[in-house]
Amino acid sequence: MEAILSISIGVMFGSGVWLVLRPRTFQVITGLLLISYAVNLFIFIMGRLSVNLPPLTLGEGVIDPALYADPLPQALVLTAIVIGFATTALFLVVMIGARGLTGTDHVDGKESDK
Amino acid sequence: MSLAWVQHLMLAPVLLPLLCGALLILVNERHHQRKFVINLISTVSLLVVSLVLLQLSDGEFWTDGIGVYLSANWAAPFGVVLLIDRLSAVMLLLTSALALASLVFSMTRWSRIGVHFHSLFQFLLMGINGAFLTNDLFNLFVFFEVMLAASYGLVLHGYNGVRIRAGMQYIVINLIASFFFLIGVALIYATAGTLNMTDLAVRVSTLEADELVLLKVGVTILALAFLTKSAMWPLGFWLPTTYAAASPPVAAMMVLMTKIGVYVVLRLWLLVFSEGAAAGFGFGALLWGGLATLAFGTIGLLASQEPGRMAGYAAVVSSGTLLAAVGYGQPSLIGAALFYLISSTLAVSAFLLLIELIERIRTPSAAMLALTMEAFAVEDSPEEPVGVAIPGALAFLGLSLAGCALVITGLPPLSGFIAKFGLLHALLNPGPGGGSGMVTWVLLVLVVLSGLAGIISLMRFGVRTFWAAKNVTPPRLQLAEVMPVSLLLLLCVMLTVKAGPAMDYLERSAASLHQPETYVQRVLFEPVVLREAIEGERP
Repeated sequence: MEAILSISIGVMFGSGVWLVLRPRTFQVITGLLLISYAVNLFIFIMGRLSVNLPPLTLGEGVIDPALYADPLPQALVLTAIVIGFATTALFLVVMIGARGLTGTDHVDGKESDK
Repeated sequence: MSLAWVQHLMLAPVLLPLLCGALLILVNERHHQRKFVINLISTVSLLVVSLVLLQLSDGEFWTDGIGVYLSANWAAPFGVVLLIDRLSAVMLLLTSALALASLVFSMTRWSRIGVHFHSLFQFLLMGINGAFLTNDLFNLFVFFEVMLAASYGLVLHGYNGVRIRAGMQYIVINLIASFFFLIGVALIYATAGTLNMTDLAVRVSTLEADELVLLKVGVTILALAFLTKSAMWPLGFWLPTTYAAASPPVAAMMVLMTKIGVYVVLRLWLLVFSEGAAAGFGFGALLWGGLATLAFGTIGLLASQEPGRMAGYAAVVSSGTLLAAVGYGQPSLIGAALFYLISSTLAVSAFLLLIELIERIRTPSAAMLALTMEAFAVEDSPEEPVGVAIPGALAFLGLSLAGCALVITGLPPLSGFIAKFGLLHALLNPGPGGGSGMVTWVLLVLVVLSGLAGIISLMRFGVRTFWAAKNVTPPRLQLAEVMPVSLLLLLCVMLTVKAGPAMDYLERSAASLHQPETYVQRVLFEPVVLREAIEGERP
C-alpha cells in the first residue's frame, strides 16, 4: 500500500509541476489543483497508514495509542483543504479578470512572439 | 497565574483587526469616510496595544519577559500557544506604526479606487500580527494564509493590466510556496510528532539519526516557503515587479511582509538549531543565500531606472543583509541586524509612499489613476485632490527623498548609519560563534558595496527628477499624504536620537533568543488556569 500511495502522490505532484510551468492560465490552475491534492494526501499519510482503526476517543483508563488512528493529520488536512480551496477560487477570479483585461489567456498577458 | 485582563491583551492584535475587518464589510462603500474612521480607530488602538505590550515584555510582568497564552486553556504541546517576547513586541509595534502611515496615506484617493480596501487592510494586519505571535507551526500556516489572501486582494486593488499581470505571478508563486509550507509541516509532524516550535526544540535531541535526516528535509522544505516570502535569491524574482505594480500604501505594507520571512527563520533557527543534536544545521545555506541575495539586490539597484523597482531591490538588499546576518551565527550580530531591520523597513516604506508624490512632478494630473478608474468603472470617482497646495512642496519632496536615501544607504547622520555601523562593528569584533575570516570579509564588502550602489542609484534618480527635468511643476500635495512620509522619517530620526536605548532593547531581545531553554521552561511548563482559581476570585 505504501508503494502505491507514494507513486500516486509522486505522479500527481509531478504532473502538477509540469502543468504549472505551462504558458496558459488554465493549465496553471489545473496544475495547482493537482499539487494541492498531492499535498493533502501527503499530509494525510503522515499520520501513518492504517486500516480499520477508529480515531482517538476517550475511553476508560489508559488506552493504547497504537489501536487508534492519529487524529491530528486529519484535522490538519481539513484545514489545508479549506484554505487551498479558497485560494484556488481566488486565483480563478484573477484568471478571469486577466482574460477580460488582456484578451488572452497567456500567463504573461500577451502571446509570446514566435 | 491570575487571569488579569492584561494577559488577554495578547489576543487583541489578532482579534481586533478580525472583528473590525468583518464589521467593515457591512458598511456600504458609499460611506468611505465612515469606513476610514473605523479603520483608523482600530489601527490607532493596535498601536496603543502594541506599545503596552512592548512595555510589558520589557518589564517584570512576565517571567523572563516572555508572555505565554494557552488558547482554550490547553497545556503547551497539545493546544495552540501564543507567545510574546521582546522581539515579537517590537515587530508588532513596527507593524502598527507602518499600518497607520499607510492608512493615512490611502485616505485621499487610494482606498477609493476599489472595493473593500479597509476590510482587506485589517485582515492583512490580523495575519501579520498573528504570524508574529504564534508559537505553533500549523497556526503559523493559517496566519500566513490569512495574510496572503488579504495581500492578493490588496495587490490587485485598483484592477489594471499591470497589477493583474504582476498579481498573477505573485499569487501563483505564493500558492506554491504555501504547498511547500504544508509539506514541510507534515514532515516535521511525522518525525518529531509535534508542531509546537518550543516542543520541537526539545524533541530534536531525542530523535534517531534517520529521523533527524527526515526532519532536516522537512525544515528545509518549510524554509523554502519563508525564504520565498523574504525574497532570497533565487526565490525572489517576483518581488520588484510586484512592488512596482502595487498601489503605494499596499507596497509600503508589503515591505513588512518580506521581513516576516526573516523573522520566522530567525525565531525557528535560533530555537531549534542553535544547540542540541542538530546544532548549526542550515546556517551556512542561510549565510550564502543571504550573500547571493545581497549581491543580486545590489546589481538590481544599479540597473533599475524606475523608482518602484529601485524600492523593490532596496528591500531585496535589506532581506539579503538580514539573512546573511542570521546565517553568520554570531549572537552579537543579531541585535544590530534587528536595528537594521527596523530602520530599513521604515525607510523603504517611506520611499515607496514618496515615489507616488514625486511622480506628480512629471505627470501633473493623475493620468494613470484615471485609467484605473475607467477599468474599474467607479461611478463616484474621488474628486481630484484640490489640495492645500503646501508651500515648498518641492523642498519637502527633495528633503524627504534625501532622508530616505540616507537611511537606505546607511550614510550618517540618520539611523541607517547606526545600523550599518553596528553590523560592521559586530563583524570586525568577532565574539564566540563567529564565522571564518573569508566569509566575514565577503559580507563586509557586500554590505558596503550595496550602500554604494544605493547612493548611486538614488542620487541618479534625485538628480534626474529635481535638477535635470525639463519642466518641474510644484505638485499639489495634501496634508494626509505628507504626514505619513514625515511620520516614517521622523521615526527614523527618533531611532537615531534614541539609538542607545533602542539598541539596548534589541540586544536584550537577541540575547533572549539565544537562550532556547528559557522558552522551553516558559512554554512547556506554563500551568493551565484551574476552574477553582477562577471561582475563588469571584466575590
